[in-house]
Amino acid sequence: MEFFRIKRDIPFMSYGRYTTAISLVTFLFAVFFLATKGLNFGVDFTGGTVIEVHYAQPADLAKVREQLAATGLPDALVQNFGSSHDVLIQVPLKQNLAGAKLSEQVMDGLHKQDTSVEMRRVEFVGPQVGKDLVENGALALLLVSLGIVGYLWLRFEWKFGLSAIIANLHDVIIILGFFAFFQWEFSLSVLAAVLAVLGYSVNESVVVFDRIRENFRTMRKAEVAEIIDNAITRTMSRTIITHGCTQMMVGAMLFLGGETLHYFAMALTIGILFSIYSSVLVASPLLMLLGVSREDFIKPEKTEAEEVLP
Amino acid sequence: MNRYPLWKYLLILAVLLAGLIYALPNFYGESPAVQVSPLRASLKADAALRERVEKALKAASLSPEVVALDGNSVKARFADTDNQLKAKDVLISRLGEDYMVALNLLSRSPRWLTNLYALPMYLGLDLRGGVHFLLQVDMKAALGKALEASTGDIRSTLRDQKIAYSGVSREGNMLLVKFRDTDARSKGEAEIKQHFTDYALSAKEAGGEFVLQATLKPEAERRIQDSAVQQNLLTLRNRVNELGVAEPVIQQQGADRVVVQLPGVQDTARAKDILGRTATLEVRMVDDEHQISPGAAAPFGTEMFKDRDGNMLLVKKQVILTGERINDAQPGFDSRNNEPAVHINLDGVGARKFKEASRENVGKRMAIILFEKGKGEIVTAPVIREEIGGGRVQISGKMSTVEAQDTSLLLRAGALAAPMEIIEERTVGPSLGADNIKRGFDSTKIGFIMVAVFMIAYYLMFGTISVLALGANLLLLVALLSMLQATLTLPGMAGIALTLGMAIDANVLINERVREELRNGVTPQAAIHAGYDRAFGTILDSNATTLIAGIALFMFGSGPIKGFAVVLCLGILTSMFSAVLISRALVNLIYGRKVRLAKVAIG
Repeated sequence: MEFFRIKRDIPFMSYGRYTTAISLVTFLFAVFFLATKGLNFGVDFTGGTVIEVHYAQPADLAKVREQLAATGLPDALVQNFGSSHDVLIQVPLKQNLAGAKLSEQVMDGLHKQDTSVEMRRVEFVGPQVGKDLVENGALALLLVSLGIVGYLWLRFEWKFGLSAIIANLHDVIIILGFFAFFQWEFSLSVLAAVLAVLGYSVNESVVVFDRIRENFRTMRKAEVAEIIDNAITRTMSRTIITHGCTQMMVGAMLFLGGETLHYFAMALTIGILFSIYSSVLVASPLLMLLGVSREDFIKPEKTEAEEVLP
Repeated sequence: MNRYPLWKYLLILAVLLAGLIYALPNFYGESPAVQVSPLRASLKADAALRERVEKALKAASLSPEVVALDGNSVKARFADTDNQLKAKDVLISRLGEDYMVALNLLSRSPRWLTNLYALPMYLGLDLRGGVHFLLQVDMKAALGKALEASTGDIRSTLRDQKIAYSGVSREGNMLLVKFRDTDARSKGEAEIKQHFTDYALSAKEAGGEFVLQATLKPEAERRIQDSAVQQNLLTLRNRVNELGVAEPVIQQQGADRVVVQLPGVQDTARAKDILGRTATLEVRMVDDEHQISPGAAAPFGTEMFKDRDGNMLLVKKQVILTGERINDAQPGFDSRNNEPAVHINLDGVGARKFKEASRENVGKRMAIILFEKGKGEIVTAPVIREEIGGGRVQISGKMSTVEAQDTSLLLRAGALAAPMEIIEERTVGPSLGADNIKRGFDSTKIGFIMVAVFMIAYYLMFGTISVLALGANLLLLVALLSMLQATLTLPGMAGIALTLGMAIDANVLINERVREELRNGVTPQAAIHAGYDRAFGTILDSNATTLIAGIALFMFGSGPIKGFAVVLCLGILTSMFSAVLISRALVNLIYGRKVRLAKVAIG
């Protein structure tokens, strides 16, 4: 079986103007929604209390709200979580209530109302912790970006490192844009997914770049655009199949992993889709723009890892 | 060209075998168990304790599957939770207060596996259920307490040395000692410099008064904060023991935070209550006039308490001092005879009261009692030899250095050095934990099957080989996680699924390369060789970038994210091994020997 039997190289570089326009528009949309709607940060970052409870019968949300108001929490957010039996209660940080005691008061109140209620999960995050997590998250993002640029610089050339990281940060912004647009909860695990996408979608660029470098050596007479076109075309089959396989795994998580993994898998899904696009149609035109040329590789760079293979 | 030397096959076989052995315990599952561990340093978990446990269970006609000695505890495994709970009650009543009896889960894997240190993966709280607390130690309060203590000490030192001063007060994080003239100040400065090495002094004149400003040196500040955290850790450890948690984690995080993880604990209210409680110390006089008759009630005005060796002592009800008056307790040596001793430092009020009490009771015994959970225990009951003034008390006599250390720890650890606040709580109920495991497992399984079916259909024989390599990858990853006993969380399980999805990339790269070479008219053998060769550089590069992301996540991630990062990093290593070496070995085994290979099944 073979899906991609492409005889002639597809002239991707000549579409450069359109593809750049498309990414620019998506990117601007993402930035727009991030700026206007903002991310719906989860309790991990904002601080507050989340309580997940389970009822033996479908839960009556109005009664739960009533009980919470009686407990002195009229501003608690009450919603179903996954099924009609499960209820998620979110309480913002409060000055007057000791955070750690709050979950007990809520559970006591709910228990009085309905003894079948079962505590599934409590998360309380104080304001200090949330701040630390935001800082650490930003630091991790910076470190990953620098690490990737540095690595690609060492293995290829600075132009490759720069165009790859721009392409991939563009993916990250788009993922964040989706989360802002749909107001999906941005939690710690989503952040982990975003960083994983950063590492993963660079793979994509690396595979194409590897081919470009190889082509500079083998296709002596070809133009730069032809070389890139050829590299993209010949790796396309692998790109689609690899991402398809990863997506099967991620899709299983998306549908079977439960609520906790749902947004994690969602971030990965968006990341995977856009990384196909960006590594091919953003990173490569950028590389052209930065003026990659055969001279970048004429230097006797014989430090190929290929010799490591036994 | 596509042949591996024998040693390479043997190496791969050895790695796979090791992987199988270390992954194996995960398939046996876990059974409910009861864990008995001694609460006192003087008691040990040994064969004798195991026998006691066995006997106690036999007497209650409970039949555990296994009773084993494991580290510093004895564990008894049962077929079901009913017997487990019964056994817990039996053991608590039979063994008494000196032992902690906790519920636990024990792997059902056979003994030979356990002897190889092959243990199942260590599940995080989100998978097994339990409580996670992050507590912040109030450092300001710790420093304030130290400053407050010094005020009294400086006062009594100056008084002892007969240096005239007009006042000692605390202002913020500074102590102000006021004198009437420069002469007294310089004398006072010399004295304070000698006795209070933690402070930096500077002289100042203000409003006709000669003031000496004392501020804590940075290193002293650090030391005070550090010992505050250490003391709080110790106190927490003592308290968690009461909760009967099998594998509690209590550790320092950063400069001023403490993590407490209590797997399996559902009653968070009780856990919070016990963690936040302040234990109290009391100093009272021992009543040596009355005899203790077993079974009889304590005479009027006295109470009976056990000491740490289990002997009963009669103690008067009147309280001389409470633990709040103790600033510090340190192990050391008696300056006269070099015997191990405990040095206690009392604050001003405490010193005065203690002086009176000791003057009136020379030759009698004094008891220091630690109250926790409303129950008192005598920490030590020394004889008073002479009147003790100045707030510096020394307890010595019939003590080993270890005992001196223990006693001073207990005196200090009875109370928290500084208040703590819960700044993060994560509780996962047992049903959610079990659901999480099922979901994580299901999505990995379904994802794996889908990928396998697709790969085999698309690449035929090469696809089958890729799937086998992917299976080996999963095996090795699980084995590695079990070996390292890294904490597996739900994001960690997601990490397993994700690494598998990403690992297939290496095989796709290789297979596509081989196809391409074949299309270019190269012979099958050469195509296989070139395919693996050329793809390797790409595989290395693309994995390296993912590894960078994984390491950054590990460095900055907390809790469950760290679990994800660990799996991601380990998964990259195992997938490099399996996708390149194992799949190549299989290909070589199948095709390498055929000299005239006309066709390979790659779809």
